[in-house]
Parts: sequence; structure tokens; C-alpha cells
Amino acid sequence: MTEQSYKVPTMAEMAAGGESPEILFWVGCAGSFDDRYKKVTIAFVKILNKLGIKFAVLGTEEGCSGDPARRAGNEFLFQMQAMANIQVLDMYGVKKIVTACPHCFNTLKNEYPELGGTYEVIHHSEFLQQLINEGRLAVAGGGTFKGRKITFHDSCYLGRANDIYEAPRAVLEALDADLIEMKRSKAKGLCCGAGGGQMFKEPESGKKDVNIERIEEALHTGADTIAVACPFCMVMMTDGVKNKEKEDSVRVFDLAELIAQADGL
Amino acid sequence: MEIIQQLAFIATFAALLWLVSRRIGIIKKTIQQGRAEDRTDQPSKRWLMMLRVAFGQKKMFDRPLVGIMHFVIYAGFLLINLEVLEIVLDGLLGQHRLFAPFLGGFYTFLISFFEFLAISVLLVCVVFLLRRNVTKVERLQPSRHREMNGWPELDANLILIFEIVLMSAILTMNAADLVLQDMGSAHYTQTGNFAFSQWLTPLFTGWSETSLIALERTAWWLHILGIFGFALYVTYSKHLHIALAFPNTYFARLIPKGEMHNMPEITKEVKIMLGMEQPDATEAPAEIGRFGARDVMDLSWKNLMDAYSCTECGRCTAACPANMTGKKLSPRKIMMDTRDRLEETGRNMQANGGTFVEDGKALLGDYILEEEILACTTCNACVQECPILINPLDIILQLRRYQIMDEAKAPGSWNAMFGNLETNQAPWKFSPGDRFNWAESLK
Repeated sequence: MTEQSYKVPTMAEMAAGGESPEILFWVGCAGSFDDRYKKVTIAFVKILNKLGIKFAVLGTEEGCSGDPARRAGNEFLFQMQAMANIQVLDMYGVKKIVTACPHCFNTLKNEYPELGGTYEVIHHSEFLQQLINEGRLAVAGGGTFKGRKITFHDSCYLGRANDIYEAPRAVLEALDADLIEMKRSKAKGLCCGAGGGQMFKEPESGKKDVNIERIEEALHTGADTIAVACPFCMVMMTDGVKNKEKEDSVRVFDLAELIAQADGL
Repeated sequence: MEIIQQLAFIATFAALLWLVSRRIGIIKKTIQQGRAEDRTDQPSKRWLMMLRVAFGQKKMFDRPLVGIMHFVIYAGFLLINLEVLEIVLDGLLGQHRLFAPFLGGFYTFLISFFEFLAISVLLVCVVFLLRRNVTKVERLQPSRHREMNGWPELDANLILIFEIVLMSAILTMNAADLVLQDMGSAHYTQTGNFAFSQWLTPLFTGWSETSLIALERTAWWLHILGIFGFALYVTYSKHLHIALAFPNTYFARLIPKGEMHNMPEITKEVKIMLGMEQPDATEAPAEIGRFGARDVMDLSWKNLMDAYSCTECGRCTAACPANMTGKKLSPRKIMMDTRDRLEETGRNMQANGGTFVEDGKALLGDYILEEEILACTTCNACVQECPILINPLDIILQLRRYQIMDEAKAPGSWNAMFGNLETNQAPWKFSPGDRFNWAESLK
């Protein structure tokens, strides 16, 4: 199998070899531990390998960015996490970070500088868009996605929080798929329900779960693929599809997985 | 008779100026109860923001039809003020239509234009009343949104009725004036017909000169007293947004919506805990105040200005994922509660010679409930929606900080998540040593 040829160098290995990578791939907790999102991590690593991009990961030296603690109100714990991460990042002299998690992205990009950690941080959707624009990433596809209906669910921490709406759509357009927008999209996009620490608690009492409200809208587009760009959205949308018993006809994928599929990785 | 009118006017006008400036002083002091926060950086960016969002009403046009209707009232309000200027000068100087002789035919055109605005404002106010009370736009309904019950609902309707009365008074006053001009009544300067009120004159033909003068004077006084009353009323009402929208957009945050305010006051302690710094034995332990916000004075002054600027339109609440799925959280209620509590602490301050005396109440607990702030997904939809850049999320997050850090009150599952973060550096119960296991399948 070709899988033998994939490499995942760590910063420690690179540093030992006196090398420094072009980018640090910040995997995030979901990307490291969540069975579903590990597949996204692997898809992204395969893309990086295929394009020969010199990257590294922190491996076991990475820790949670602190986002859930901060949003839940535990500033002390957030700063502990952030400081520890900044120490590691600075030790390796990291300059550029790419991550597939909008929560990590937002925290590292916007909130670490005030604690002394300033890096160029980009979300994998932007990174993929750049690669496509530069012509480095050509999506062969062989028509895998041609004409297939895909809808994109905006993640709050990518969209409203950081005004990134076009990059993920540019990636989907490269697939030559039929992108159908939900009624509430981009700046008006509806949350999946998991942000602000909700991922880690039961919802407050109400008449409906937020992800059900959102999945109904997604299903209404008639798309057979729901593209996401966030581990929390992935969980919520996947649960929504299951709740509606549509898992046979509708699938939820991350952008990196779609690119990897189109390229047969 | 005229001198009495003139003196009455001067006295009323002086009283208004005194009352309004007193209210402004009180509101300013109340807002200053908040924490200091510097929002004066990048002035050119701020001016541009205010011009686009407040002056140009950019975000109102997200919903074009309502945007246009709102713009009509806004433009009418701004421009009719030119006529109010003449009326005030007339009143102070005991004159009538002071500008007419200087402007000639242009005066007739101007008043006709103001009449056009008055009719447009009147019509839009009627449509807005219908939207609230007949077609029942969801976000404005007290039956669906508990924060709209009582005074907020009445306040909204009163403002619209107020404006309809004011606009009708302008038209009546002008029509009576035209009839009096035709009669050649003394003091009524010939202006030529006004575009709209001329169609009302048949209502008043056949009236005696005395009754017409009485009607014209009544309408004139009703109009100007109405405006004075409105100016004072606004300082007690949600309608204060007509003034505060401008400073509120100027001082809006310029950083990405996703960025939370840092708490530098705890950074030193964190560094000591991590062994990055040694505690300084000679230094007295830093006085760490309250973590986050429990009451309005713990919030920043900008949060408090936000509360005074809110006109309760409910776009935030209509876009809130928690609210639309039946949770107790309503971003509009967060702003309204903040203002209600502010008014209360403001009155307390006034009654106690300028200093707030502890009243055993707080914003969190007595106004905003734990269940509300716990329902927030921090999705920023409310922030995105607000036409004048109010930020309910900022308040929610500060209340959460207090709840978690000061009171140590968190849902059990959050405590478990915090525990996992401390021991495993991940929010779930996985061993940190397994963090890189995902790569096994690639090797």
C-alpha cells in the first residue's frame, strides 16, 4: 500500500535534525483523540505529504489551546494552557501554524499575542485555498464530485469570529461540485450548537436542540454532502444526520477529506 | 397676548434645556459607573465606522424594506429639525415664520419638502404600528418574548403615536396658516401654497378668523411642546438610540469578533504557577478585584453605553440559536436587564449623594439568570445582527467569568472538562501520552 510512504515528523525530530518546517500543523484535541476527526487529521496529512510540504506536528507536546476553558469562563485555566503552549511553540521557534480547528485557530491567532505568543496562524481552509490558487494543489477528482450537491456549514469561529467565508467555498468550488447555500449562511450562518463550551455540557432546557434546527436547514437544500470545517460542527452535524435517520443518503465531511477523496488519497 | 406667548415659550424652552441637560448628566454618571476601558485608538477607523453604520445606517439595509422605512423616519427626523429651528427662533423672538421673508419662493419649497417628509414619517409610523400590533412581527411580540411585556411594549407604541401626533400637528398648523394667509390676517406672512397642507385647507374654510388663529396656535404649541416633551421622554426611553447610536458605533470594538478580552491581572500568578517567574517576596500580594462581572459596575463603561443605546428591536434575539430553540437566553433581555439594573444603581447613586450604596442586589441573579448565560454558544450572531454594534456576548462572557472563577459555580460536566484539561491537556479523558497515536495508522 502507498500508505507506507506517509510521514508525520514531529517538531522534536526536526529540531534534533537541525531543521525547521515550513509550517507547524496544529492538530488540536479533536484531531488527536476524536475517532471521527482523526480521519480529517489523516486526510490533511496525506495532502501535505502528497504536495511535499515540509511540515511538522508537536505530537505529545501539544496541549489544548484553552478555548473551551476560556469560553466557559475559566480564564485561569485558559492562561495556564496558553502559556504552556506558547513556551513549547517559542522553544521550537515556530513562525507559521496551520490548524483544522477554528477554535484553536481563533485562540492562537487572536488571543495568544496578548500573552506573548505571536505567530502567523491560518486555518486549513485558507491554506488549501492558497495551495489551489498557487496551482500547487490541483484537484484531479476524475469527476468524483462533478455535479454533486454539496452544502457548506459555516463555523462561527471561522465566519463571524474571523470573517473567513470565501476560503472554504473556494476549496469546494475546486471540486467542481454544485455548491448550494443554506438560507442562513456566511455572516447569517446558524451555529451548530457546540461553541462556547456547549460541546462539553448538556444543553439548557428548551424545545429543540440547535443542531437539529441546523440539520433541517441543511437537509432542506437537497445536498447529499454537508461540508464542515470544524471538529465541533462535525460532531453536531453528524449527530443531526443520525437523528434524522439520513446517514445512508447524506454524509458529513471536512474540506480536507473531500480534497483527499477527490485526489484518491 | 403675544408677549405672554413669548414669555411662556422662553420659560418652557429654558425648563426643557435644564431638564434635558440634567438627564444627560445623570446618564453620563450612570455609564461612568462602569470599568475604565480605552476605546480611543484608531480614530480615523472609528469615524469611518460611525459614518457608515450610524450616519449611513449601513446595517439597517440588511433588511431592505424595513431599512428604507427606518431611513425615512431617520431622515425626516434630521431634516425637520431645520424647521424646528425656525419654530424655536419664532417662539423666542415672538416672530412668525422668521425665515420666510429672507428665502422667498425657496421657503415655500423647503416647507413643502418638510411636509413631504412629515407625511412619509407619518405613513411609516402607521406601518410600524401595524407591524407591531396587527401583523405581529415575531421578534416584537411580548407573547413570545417575555422581556417585551409591560413598559417596553407600551414605550414602543407611545413613540410611534407621539411621532404621528407631531407630524399631524405640522400639517394642521400649516393648513390653518394657509387659510389665514388667504384671509389676509395680520402676522400671517404670505408664503404661497405648501405642497401638501394646501389639500387640507378645505377642512377649515368657513371657520372664523379667531377660531383659525386658535387652531393654528394650538397646533403650533402642540407641535413644539410635543417636540420638547419628546426630547425629554427619549432620555427615559429605549428611543435614546437616536442619540447614542453615534457614540456607540464610534466606540465599538475594532478587534475580531472572536477575540475575548484578556485578563492581564491574573497572568503574573499563572506565570508563577508554571514556574516561569518567581514570586517577589518583598512585594505585597496584588489586590485582585472581582473576577469577571457580577453587577453593572464590574462591566466596562462601553457595555453600559451599549445598554443605553439598545432600542429593543430584537434582531439579536431573533438570530440567537439558543433563543430560537426555546432556551431562556435572549441577547436583547441581557441588554434590557443591564439597563434596568443601571437605572436602579443610578437612582441609588443620586439618592445617596453621588455614591452607590450596596442594595443587596446584582445584575447576575436578580436580573440575568445563570440558566441564560449558560445557554450561550458564543456564536456572535447577536453581535453580527445589531444595527448599532451593541455586543451582548461581551456581557455574557464577563458574567460567566464571575460565575466560574469567583463563585466556582459550574455545571458538573464543565468541572469534569476543566479537570481533564488540567490533568490531560485535553477537554476529554484521554491520556496525554496517547495524543500522537492517530499517526500510527499512517506508518
